Amino acid sequence: MLRFALRRIGVAVCVAFTVAVFSFFLLHLSGDLATAIAGPESSAEQIAQIRVEYGLDRPIMAQFIDWLVRALHFDFGRSFYFQDQVTTLIAGRLGVTMALGGMALGFALLVAIPLGVVAAIRRDTWIDRSALMISVFGQAMPSFWFALTLVLIFSVKLRWLPASGGATWKHMILPVVALGTYAMPAIMRLTRNGMLDVLAADYIRTARAKGLSTAVVLFKHALRNAVIPVVGLAAVQLGFMLGGSIVIETVFSLHGLGHLAWEAISRNDYPVVQAVVLLLSVVYILVTLAADLLNAALDPRMRTG
Amino acid sequence: MTAAPLLSVSDLTIDIPLGGRTLHAVRGVSFEVSRGETLCIVGESGSGKSLTSLALMNLLPGRLKRAAAAMSFDGIDLLSIPERRMSDLRGDRMAMIFQEPMTSLNPAYTIGNQLTEAFLRHRKTTRKEAFGRAVYLLEKVGITAADRRMKQYPHQLSGGLRQRVMIAMALMCEPDLLIADEPTTALDVTIQAQILLLLKDLQKELGIAIILITHDLGVVARIADRVAVMYAGELVESGPAAPLFQSPAHPYTRGLLECIPQPGKTRPGEPLGSIPGLVPSLTGRVSGCVFRNRCPRAEEACSGEVPVVAFGDARRVRCLFAEGVR
Ligand SMILES: Nc1ncnc2c1ncn2[C@@H]1O[C@H](COP(=O)(O)OP(=O)(O)O)[C@@H](O)[C@H]1O
Ligand SMILES: [Mg+2]
Repeated sequence: MLRFALRRIGVAVCVAFTVAVFSFFLLHLSGDLATAIAGPESSAEQIAQIRVEYGLDRPIMAQFIDWLVRALHFDFGRSFYFQDQVTTLIAGRLGVTMALGGMALGFALLVAIPLGVVAAIRRDTWIDRSALMISVFGQAMPSFWFALTLVLIFSVKLRWLPASGGATWKHMILPVVALGTYAMPAIMRLTRNGMLDVLAADYIRTARAKGLSTAVVLFKHALRNAVIPVVGLAAVQLGFMLGGSIVIETVFSLHGLGHLAWEAISRNDYPVVQAVVLLLSVVYILVTLAADLLNAALDPRMRTG
Repeated sequence: MTAAPLLSVSDLTIDIPLGGRTLHAVRGVSFEVSRGETLCIVGESGSGKSLTSLALMNLLPGRLKRAAAAMSFDGIDLLSIPERRMSDLRGDRMAMIFQEPMTSLNPAYTIGNQLTEAFLRHRKTTRKEAFGRAVYLLEKVGITAADRRMKQYPHQLSGGLRQRVMIAMALMCEPDLLIADEPTTALDVTIQAQILLLLKDLQKELGIAIILITHDLGVVARIADRVAVMYAGELVESGPAAPLFQSPAHPYTRGLLECIPQPGKTRPGEPLGSIPGLVPSLTGRVSGCVFRNRCPRAEEACSGEVPVVAFGDARRVRCLFAEGVR
């Protein structure tokens, strides 16, 4: 297990480095940065001045190494638009996004896994069918529409929860529910189908032949094997939720990474864009790594891979 | 032998609902198993052997319907006891091993965890004691370095080893009855022989009763005390092994034994003889002798009712024209 973990961590570091290389060179080779920074109505001198000011006149490899060394110290320079260090800017936003994504995934798992298990055990009953219907509905619904519906019901009509902002935990409830609901259907169906497959397995019959109680058969022998594919799916979804929560962040006026990325892109704020892309990639790599390690802990057959 | 049998089954029937119609997979099966004896159930694939054995343990899939006139284990009525008490018997006094050693162990848990599970469930005991017993039994079934095996996972073991683990697992609580459903079919021929000899040795030593389901008539000839022959969901003939082999009374048994000259002379691994014709459909009403369309002796009367008749000493045959030395 330890050797497996070390190897996976090594792979993750390599992938992170590759992503860093790509994010740097894509930006620097996609056009003249100085022209883009200066804006369309600037003179040749202004552009040349910016080029020197930002060090863009130096050889590209020198720029890259310089950037990489600073990135390793969490120094991504100064934002073009916000009068702030990129790192400070991101640090302020990261917490909101992480909290939102993490809690949304937790909420989705807490609802979807028990629902999937019950749907599998009560296969083809009304419980199974209504779980399927909810999941189809949940998947088909646009997330902004669902988010607005939640606001309409719980903030405007019932006045139970605040509609926007991120000051307290109460502010987080509706965004977490909105984002989590989006992840639920796939987890629910994968859990249900996984449970159905596993419950038909020979080793479940063996467990029952030992006289084990239904609870032990279901939770020790079946669920542990059934959730293995769910771990991978949850990792992918957490990745999406961290990077793609722009819609939800916008609806609820939460200033997270998604919102920051959107602002930075629309204002050609390259240092911020670059840092956000890199950060999200690294987070994604970490999430995948965590999923791999968790899977290996759950399934001994994966520890050799 | 006047003592009550350990297990007795009378008129066991298993129905499988198939969207409107019903598959009568097992019909009117009756047999007994005494303490310490080996009953071999033979019959071609699909004849209902596995269903019968699962029915004894009440492990049939939910939608299958089990019914019987009587079914008892050591005086306990298996038809009326609640599931809670049935699960007390399973893995404790009645144990089972299955055909597929590759898939019958849970890939997520160590051998040790799975071995000790039943013991911890059925006995007031400690983990340490359970571990000790598991190691003892692993050694008993011929596994070396048992301590190390306890920490391994099923995928790290060969098929033969896994089946030995399954046997050790079934023996953890010293069962009175061990049901083995084709325990060697999935294994190499040499391993097959080893496993069966092991079962026989363990039985001699521990005095357990065994129901062995097998395709291998050579094995039957060597280790069975009594034999039950199944065909298309019915028990067509049963009785003590030696007379049954010497003078099979049912035409199906005769067909089956055609390639077997004498008990003891047949090598393990020899296939069943093949009889021309097809097994009839068992959906809808099944009447008369199920073998009559393949039977060389069949007559008009075989479409009518064919009762099970006593034949010779302790033998029973479902045939109007049972033959042989009585
Ligand atoms: N779960 C099931 N659903 C439908 N049919 C089944 C099921 N289990 C067994 N059968 C049918 O019942 C018959 C007897 O099966 P089985 O007892 O497994 O035979 P054997 O063990 O003698 O090979 C077969 O025709 C098989 O197709
Ligand atoms: Mg079978």
